[in-house]
Amino acid sequence: MAAFFSPFISKPDTVAQIMLRVMLALLPGIAMYVWYFGPAILVSIALASVTALATEAAMLKLRNRPVAPFLQDNSALLTGWLLALSIPPLAPWWLIVVGTAFAISISKHLYGGLGNNPFNPAMIGFAVLIVSFPAQMTHWLTPHGLGQVELGFLDQLRYTFLGSLPPGVTLDAITMATPLDTLKTRLHLDESVKQIFDMPIYGRLAGQGSEMVSLGFLAGGLYLIAARIITWHVPVAYLGALFATAGIFHLTDPAHYVTPLFHWFSGAAMLGAFFILTDPVTSPTTNKGKLIFAAGAGLLTYLIRAFGGFPDGIAFATLLMNICVPLIVLYTQPKVFGKKHPSGKNGGAQ
Amino acid sequence: MRTLFKFHGGVHPPGNKAQSTQQPTAVAPIPAKLVIPFRQHAGEAAKPVVQVGDHVLKGQLIGEPAGFISSAIHAPTSGTITAIDIQPVAHPSGLPDLCATLIPDGRDEWVERKPTDYRTLPADELRHLLRMSGIVGLGGAVFPSDVKLRPLRDHPNKDIGTLILNGAECEPWITCDDMLMRERAAEIVQGAEMLRSMLGSREVLIGIEDNKPEAIAAMRLAVADSGLPFEVVAVPTIYPGGSAKQLIRVLTGLEVPSGKLPTDIGVQCFNVATVYSAWRAVAHGEPLISRVVTVTGNVARPRNYEALIGTPLTDLIALGEPLPDTDGYIMGGPMMGTPLPSTSVPLVKAGNCIIAGSKKLFPPPPPALPCIRCTRCAQACPADLQPMDLYWFSQSKNFGQAQAFSLFDCIECGACSYVCPSHIPLVQYFRFSKSEIRMREQEKQAADRARERHEYREFRIEREKQEKAERLAAKEKAAAAAKPVEPPVVATNPDAAPENTAQMKIQAAIEHAKEQAAAIKPKNTENLSAEQLAEIAEIEARRARIRETAKSDVEPPKE
Ligand code: SF4
Ligand code: SF4
Repeated sequence: MAAFFSPFISKPDTVAQIMLRVMLALLPGIAMYVWYFGPAILVSIALASVTALATEAAMLKLRNRPVAPFLQDNSALLTGWLLALSIPPLAPWWLIVVGTAFAISISKHLYGGLGNNPFNPAMIGFAVLIVSFPAQMTHWLTPHGLGQVELGFLDQLRYTFLGSLPPGVTLDAITMATPLDTLKTRLHLDESVKQIFDMPIYGRLAGQGSEMVSLGFLAGGLYLIAARIITWHVPVAYLGALFATAGIFHLTDPAHYVTPLFHWFSGAAMLGAFFILTDPVTSPTTNKGKLIFAAGAGLLTYLIRAFGGFPDGIAFATLLMNICVPLIVLYTQPKVFGKKHPSGKNGGAQ
Repeated sequence: MRTLFKFHGGVHPPGNKAQSTQQPTAVAPIPAKLVIPFRQHAGEAAKPVVQVGDHVLKGQLIGEPAGFISSAIHAPTSGTITAIDIQPVAHPSGLPDLCATLIPDGRDEWVERKPTDYRTLPADELRHLLRMSGIVGLGGAVFPSDVKLRPLRDHPNKDIGTLILNGAECEPWITCDDMLMRERAAEIVQGAEMLRSMLGSREVLIGIEDNKPEAIAAMRLAVADSGLPFEVVAVPTIYPGGSAKQLIRVLTGLEVPSGKLPTDIGVQCFNVATVYSAWRAVAHGEPLISRVVTVTGNVARPRNYEALIGTPLTDLIALGEPLPDTDGYIMGGPMMGTPLPSTSVPLVKAGNCIIAGSKKLFPPPPPALPCIRCTRCAQACPADLQPMDLYWFSQSKNFGQAQAFSLFDCIECGACSYVCPSHIPLVQYFRFSKSEIRMREQEKQAADRARERHEYREFRIEREKQEKAERLAAKEKAAAAAKPVEPPVVATNPDAAPENTAQMKIQAAIEHAKEQAAAIKPKNTENLSAEQLAEIAEIEARRARIRETAKSDVEPPKE
């Protein structure tokens, strides 16, 4: 009975457990990833984990903070995992290391560490990489059974760490642009959506393989909602807004604009909806605010995908909406019990 | 079926109520010594009316109410008053208070009791009877019940349509109301009818959480037997569903407006134990000298006891036989109770439960981490607040913002602290901020008074100067009047004008100071009802100690 004041009991939840369960919820998606694209992703995740922990420890030391409790909270690991899942799995080792180290040191600790960073660290890492190393960020592995050549695990490791490929194999032979990217390029060449979708890289919903990875993330995300680790607001608003925007464009011109389902299951939409935009630290705290925030991100994702210069829009959509969080929170305060008005900006003065 | 309403948030801590309800309530033996504090209720302490050496009878008045919000104190058994002095009490502030020490003579001899039929008494006499019987809210607030039964001052004709009996007992571990309802339902129902007639309510709702099926059945039976049209409503078990405002919301769908009282929306609410005591006081002439108290937690024999007020807690705890690894005691429940600095303090009217603690039952919380804005606290808050924002403002001592974000609507239920995965003692921060704001407000008022005094002094000096000048002028005028034509020194109303300007200036200065004071005044600390003021005084005292103990613990994690 060490507490000096009530309450003397507390729920057994801890930050570490919450983060751990989010990581568990990533497993179905990761499993799909391995199944369709080979084990390279596991190497990136391992590299990201080690870098994340090392950077976290170093930053805590530098900032004179206790290392053990923070290192155990699993938040840095989760950041590393999310970044690893957002970038091409077959890449030189330093790519994920640089991205993760930047995410943890600059976008988390320079802002004050756990709980204080305004921007999603994983997405900052992604943004830095795509701006600095655009070439490396476009070599996505071809899914199982579609490429001319397939690399074994050892070959993948050799490429990651030594940068060398087996004789006679070029990078182009084993990688491709993402289905989203391909779609955009081909549309510019005046092909119709229907023609493009006849390409073997497209599956039932979106890209071969990647659609299954998205389904995996969807399953994990539904678990997060069921386990009350996240609320429904962000995923529903995000996917809803993405669907609605894509749907409107699709209805006006189906030859040029793909179906909303394609957008759902392409790129990092599912990962973003359930795992990235739901980051508690960088998303609004009010339910109404969450809806606005996620809907905004959904709209931006679509606009960047359809009209922007980057292949996928999640990272920039997230970061742009991160900027708006304080304002959104201020204007979406809930009504207080026994009051007619919310607190703060609108209702504080009564 | 009545449609029930929901309030936002709430938590489901483990109930731990079965332990202490296995056996019927037992009567605790009369201890060798009783210590009876004169302040056991919200408001003014009672004034002693006995002297050291007096022999008193059981139920004899030993302290009379001193003030509008006050209550009487009685001897719990017959015996001799051996001291009237300052003693340590269970008051959460930890501050000692004036107590009478009574050595029982073992005869337990009653004073003459006057059972009354409440129907023969007018309401004001009934209220006086309750006041003189020491009837106060036994749900924890110990607010004098007679005050809650007064006609509404502002609109005497506005009626209180609904009387609610609070038998929710939502705090874990506590079962004293549960057992009382199981065992003495008929008298609670009689008492409810008495209070209903005093208030003129049309409807009586008895709210009991559905984790107490025996109590619900007993109360339903008693209501059916009485033939009264009362409704026993099983409400969902959720903490803090027994908080008056939350219970009112669940039963009626009405929200007591912020800073207002239930009577403002035509509802009055009494705890079942209070109603029982009120009935005993009127129908049996027995003042409030005992109460049911739960002894539970890390003890071999958890049970409810009907114990005399003033019984040393050590005696009660001994009845429960605490286990060897017991390392502390909580007065009240684990969500809102306070740790007992010492067990030698006496049982008071507010004492509903004593929980023996151990490392196993109440493990120390892990060190607090920064807030990750997960909003679990906001999802749990029954007042629809955003605790993580309030925490942020409190931690940065930004009290103005904390108030703007409705800090004073926090009912200190602790639900937010309970769910926080970062184990931040949120409610402790809020208690701290509230007391800090009130303290600053008091300091501010003191400063204002000092300034007013200073300004008045300036004004007086100025006026004296003025008067001197006027006297001089008058003299000169008189002298001039004696002379032929000379221009008058002051044209019109020679004495009023200058003084008026000075006065106006000073008045303006005072007015300005007042305005400033009003502008900075915490919104929720003005226009308080007597009831709220008493409550604040109560909480304030509790905080005095909390501040001390908490200082070291509540230092915000340095970022
Ligand atoms: S529950 Fe704790 S960590 Fe979560 S938002 Fe509230 S204060 Fe922050
Ligand atoms: S203690 Fe206050 S802020 Fe926390 S849950 Fe209760 S009412 Fe809300």
